[in-house]
Amino acid sequence: MYAAIIVLTVMGAGLGLGLGYAARVFRVEADPIVERIAAKLPGSQCGQCGYPGCAPAAEAIAKGEAAVTCCPPGGLVLAEQLAEIMGVELDRSAVRDADPGIAWVEESICIGCVKCLRVCPTDAIVGAPKMIHAVLPEACSGCTKCIDICPTEALRMRPIEVTLRTWRWHRPEGETRPEAAHV
Amino acid sequence: MSAPRLEGRPPQAGPHTHAPRPRLGDMALVNIALLPAALWAVYLFGWPALNLLLVTLATALLAEAASLWLAGKPVRPHLSDGSALLTGLILALSLPPWAPWWIGVVGGLFAVVVGKQIFGGLGQNIFNPAMLGRTALLVSFPLEMTAWVTPRPLFTEHAPSFVEGLRITFVGLPDLDAVTSATLLDTAKTAVDQGGTIHGATGELFAGIHAFTGLTGGSMGETSALLLALGGLFLIWRGVIGWQVPAAVLGAVALLATVFHLIDPDRYLHAGHHLLSGALVLCAFFIATDPVTSPATRLGRILFGVGVGVLVWVIRTFGGYPDGNAFAILLMNALVPLIDHYVRPRIYGRDRRGAPLDTGKEGGR
Amino acid sequence: MFRLFGIRGGVHPEEHKHPTASRPIETLPLPERLCVPLAQHIGAPAEAVVKIGQRVLRGQLIGSGQGRVSAPVHAPASGKVVAVDDLPAPHPSGLPVLSVVIEPDGAQDDADHPVPSDPLAMAPEAIADFVSRAGIVGLGGAAFPSAVKLNLGLSGGAHTLIINGGECEPYLTCDDRLMRERAEAVIDGVRIMRHASGAEVALIGIEDNKPSAIEAMRQAAAGDDAVQVVAVPTRYPMGSEKQMVQALTGREIPAGKLSAQLGVVLHNVGTAYAVHRALRQGRPLVSRIVTVGGGAVREPRNFEVPIGTPLKALFDACGGFAETPDRVLMGGPMMGQWMPSLEVPVVKGTSGVIALTAAEVRKHPVQPCIRCSRCVEACPVGLLPLEMASRIRKSDYDAAGKLGLTDCIACGSCSWVCPSNIPLVHFFNFAKGELVARRAAEERTSGLRELAEKRQVRLEKEARIKAEKAAQRKRERQARAEAKAAAEREAKKQAREEQKQEEEA
Ligand code: SF4
Ligand code: SF4
Repeated sequence: MYAAIIVLTVMGAGLGLGLGYAARVFRVEADPIVERIAAKLPGSQCGQCGYPGCAPAAEAIAKGEAAVTCCPPGGLVLAEQLAEIMGVELDRSAVRDADPGIAWVEESICIGCVKCLRVCPTDAIVGAPKMIHAVLPEACSGCTKCIDICPTEALRMRPIEVTLRTWRWHRPEGETRPEAAHV
Repeated sequence: MSAPRLEGRPPQAGPHTHAPRPRLGDMALVNIALLPAALWAVYLFGWPALNLLLVTLATALLAEAASLWLAGKPVRPHLSDGSALLTGLILALSLPPWAPWWIGVVGGLFAVVVGKQIFGGLGQNIFNPAMLGRTALLVSFPLEMTAWVTPRPLFTEHAPSFVEGLRITFVGLPDLDAVTSATLLDTAKTAVDQGGTIHGATGELFAGIHAFTGLTGGSMGETSALLLALGGLFLIWRGVIGWQVPAAVLGAVALLATVFHLIDPDRYLHAGHHLLSGALVLCAFFIATDPVTSPATRLGRILFGVGVGVLVWVIRTFGGYPDGNAFAILLMNALVPLIDHYVRPRIYGRDRRGAPLDTGKEGGR
Repeated sequence: MFRLFGIRGGVHPEEHKHPTASRPIETLPLPERLCVPLAQHIGAPAEAVVKIGQRVLRGQLIGSGQGRVSAPVHAPASGKVVAVDDLPAPHPSGLPVLSVVIEPDGAQDDADHPVPSDPLAMAPEAIADFVSRAGIVGLGGAAFPSAVKLNLGLSGGAHTLIINGGECEPYLTCDDRLMRERAEAVIDGVRIMRHASGAEVALIGIEDNKPSAIEAMRQAAAGDDAVQVVAVPTRYPMGSEKQMVQALTGREIPAGKLSAQLGVVLHNVGTAYAVHRALRQGRPLVSRIVTVGGGAVREPRNFEVPIGTPLKALFDACGGFAETPDRVLMGGPMMGQWMPSLEVPVVKGTSGVIALTAAEVRKHPVQPCIRCSRCVEACPVGLLPLEMASRIRKSDYDAAGKLGLTDCIACGSCSWVCPSNIPLVHFFNFAKGELVARRAAEERTSGLRELAEKRQVRLEKEARIKAEKAAQRKRERQARAEAKAAAEREAKKQAREEQKQEEEA
């Protein structure tokens, strides 16, 4: 009886001390979660998440107010990373699967008003007053801000074109994407 | 002949051909390999054994069908893969032959529903379903699960008639003690526990040859190590199972038993007694080789087999139950993910830890 | 006796080689149109150097190689260039590739290419240069520019040149026939390549199910100690680069490295033949030998085919289809590529064109994995296909990657053997693509973030400059105002004084 009590007490104390020591020694200096999230977000302040910019969005995500899937330009990859940071299960069906596409200028309508130039968060549009503008596809984040501001509807979104280089195998037939999976 | 329709079909990756499909799949062959032992058991233990066998098989199949239907999966293709039948068969072979019908029903249900379908069906379960069923029964109904009768072959003098058989299975044994006997391992264990030696116990009655041919008491399938071993060799020959697991299980038991028997022949059974018990042969060839619940690599399977062998011997020798197969299997099943994590083949061009090999050129021809 | 080393795993699919192995190579009649893609190789696509309407000669340059890893493209027949356009590529996706379309005129006038008098006396670099200008790429299927490989061997101090005559894919017999009928030419090509790569010895590995080819090659190589013909056991995927190197040298190509880093360079027998043609006859790579086979083809056989020939012309030349094919493949049935249509052209890496019936494909419904581990036993690389597939099912591509997904050579042994018919290779292809796409997406996001940050910095700077300017202006305005005020004060003072003076006066 006493032996058992003593053994258990000693074991408990030993383990507790050990764990406490380990926690001290192996402590990871984690970034505050908001910063880690902000570092992942595209930073283009596009506002498609419904927050005024990426920093407020990061705060909202960290507080759990916004979903990890709230950022359309980041897509599934970003959602997975955020889910991992937040330690939540990812609902893949909530990720907007349709690729946002990138903007392009219909040259016959563009009047060269430079309005779009000013709103593009990644400086992806090149042009000068009274000259036809063009979008650099690599730099376009697909935020659609320019679409909303163009007075002549010369800016449109179109899906990113698949080429032989970027083509990928689809999931095998009959294999559906799991609705929710651990990441 | 017409041109192929190619456009608009989603492309498929290679290979664009497949190994010829054998007429009989693995599961069917395992079922077939178990058949002689099952028939022999039916012959030895008469109508009650047949009743129990049929009840168990039917329960397993019905439980599988019902679970599939509930899960919204197609019933027929899954049912015809033969895995539920196999689970039922192995379970039935590990039951006492004259056990009442509900033992078969409860065991079959537990094995298929809890042991397999709850995990997500074929290939998803961690534990061997039949062994899970048997263990559940053994723990819940120890009396019924250890009522070993002495064999009364069909059409011999003491054999129960068909009607009596129905009574035994569906109403119950009139007088349990009158017909039961102890199995070899039971006897040995009891003898040792009571301070005696195992010599007296393992005398003439249990001459090894009897165990080998099946003329001893025991569970249905344990009765003929010979037929089971032949079935197992058939499976190895057909490439359904590897030799590694049976060899590892039997080898481990034989080694431990021999060593300990040499140290103290009065306390420890001779290796032959272990090896000739049908239970171990069934376990080595048919249960430990279940692909779903054993590791994926050859080395892993050997480790698994050795683990099973050691545990069987330990439980038989020191444990509270006379036979340790089911527990040994379940314990090792739980270790499979661990084994699979650590035992992996070396990848081409990498060392054991996964780092690329170095490119020293001096080794060239 | 030559000492061979074992390879791991592997399978034995039915060979189906007999129908084509017993017939000599025939020449395909010129098709009406040749459609020559400008990207037939690994590396940068070639750039078109011909105009629509221009007449080209056979062997004339029509696309020049761009950059270090690239290959030029030549006209496979004399005729008129009728289009330079995006046309479906011989690729599962059927996506377009920039191609030059030529209407042959049947004259078969050859462009003039000089030949060296003795290639074996040339500097190795010069041979590689010749090979590069002849547009030669690996003819085994991978289509890696051959000159790049020769140079890698040279700079890496190669000691062994391996010529791959494995041809382990079922149905394919183009290399077999080539070695039987043109052994002298192949061996000559091997000698030139050995010289060009600086290797001491050339080993020609041929699977032992091709005894006639082995015999013919041994005779052609007789008396040359530096060229050895080695019979290797017949086991798929013996003809894969990694496995061939392992079988002949006992060494494994380290992960992520090239065989040249082991001092071994590996080329296909067809490549050796192309080298011979380029350096002895001045013929760039404009045709190749292609097996047309499969159970759906009426009369399967081997053809010497101009690059750019549409697949349909090949099947037509074999009497068309005896049965409706379930699928048409480029390459063998194990690693061959699904073809989206019969209009796509033969390219330099096309070893075979195969039309399989549904019975040959043996596609059965997929069943759950029973962990039978046959795939593990079959994998020549030592992977755990079942574990990788189960990770990929759960979309955990990183975990699959950690299990060695990127080391998979997509040989298909695992899928071939799986009793549950699980499309393992399809899973792996999919997941490999997903890993690549993910990396690209991450890079893109971080690139965009950088751009956005730069813009932020720029905006701030602009704002600062603006603010400074505004402040400056304000200061100036103030100064002006002050000056004005002072002047006014002065004026007032003066006025007051004047008044005073007047009053006084
Ligand atoms: S061969 Fe198929 S069924 Fe067998 S373990 Fe591999 S994936 Fe599973
Ligand atoms: S396809 Fe990949 S995983 Fe499958 S056997 Fe070949 S190398 Fe191994």
